[in-house]
Amino acid sequence: MFDIAWLWGLLGGLMIGGAGALYLLVNGRVMGASGIVGGLVDGSGRDSWAERASFLAGLIALPGLAVLLSGGSDTHLTGNWALVILGGLLVGLGTRLANGCTSGHGVCGISRLSLRGIVATVFYILAGGIVMVLARHVLGWI
Amino acid sequence: MMKRNLAAALSGAIFGLGLLISGMTDTTRVQGWLDVFGDWDPTLAFVMGGALIPMAIAWRIAARQRTALLGRTIPLSPGGRTVDSPLVIGSTLFGAGWGLSGLCPGPALASLGWGGTGGLVFLIAMLAGMVAAPAARARLERMAPAT
Repeated sequence: MFDIAWLWGLLGGLMIGGAGALYLLVNGRVMGASGIVGGLVDGSGRDSWAERASFLAGLIALPGLAVLLSGGSDTHLTGNWALVILGGLLVGLGTRLANGCTSGHGVCGISRLSLRGIVATVFYILAGGIVMVLARHVLGWI
Repeated sequence: MMKRNLAAALSGAIFGLGLLISGMTDTTRVQGWLDVFGDWDPTLAFVMGGALIPMAIAWRIAARQRTALLGRTIPLSPGGRTVDSPLVIGSTLFGAGWGLSGLCPGPALASLGWGGTGGLVFLIAMLAGMVAAPAARARLERMAPAT
């Protein structure tokens, strides 16, 4: 079967990296989704709240508009509420403890060969893989 | 200030559109990549590879320019922090939540418009976890003081 998902992945990836490059070279900030929103909810980013809120507005508005115009998309998020809530809590707590997520440590960290970014990425991918495999193949949750 | 906000909105918009078209707002793609024992989906590797190219170029330009277009000093060294227990423990917890749900913070925000009640509940739980993080970090640092 011919599958072009990888090509969309590559194109989308280039846009993600392009957005990070813009944020770095124009605003002088590292583009990390968890840091941008986290600084707003815990108050540590009070001084740059408008910049953070603007980023989030763009992040929510453009994909939302694109999905509206293109006729829909589906996140295929599990309907198991316990998993949704536990997953959200772990993602929020973990990314703020680690000071970064897939965008900050993954994209922005690895691209400058930051040791912290590389170590974080190894740990979240290993943990994600183990939990995913256990939850699907052993426990049958997903 | 206004220019900075506009650039931030543009950056967020491009980031979000990239997450959407790359398939990263679809949890089956993310979980399909994490599940190496299932019908493995390689897409996420292409997304990460594609994202690293412009960023690697940007860091090279940044190392030469040192100052951002709108005036700030570009953060070229990662704040003097080294690999510590909050980094390792936090990343492990994040990975576990990512595996269970298939969502990380960027896609969780980007898909707010069409993610339904489940997406909204995930986002609220994520923000709650973020609010709890400073206290958890203080506790961790009391147990294992940073060296």
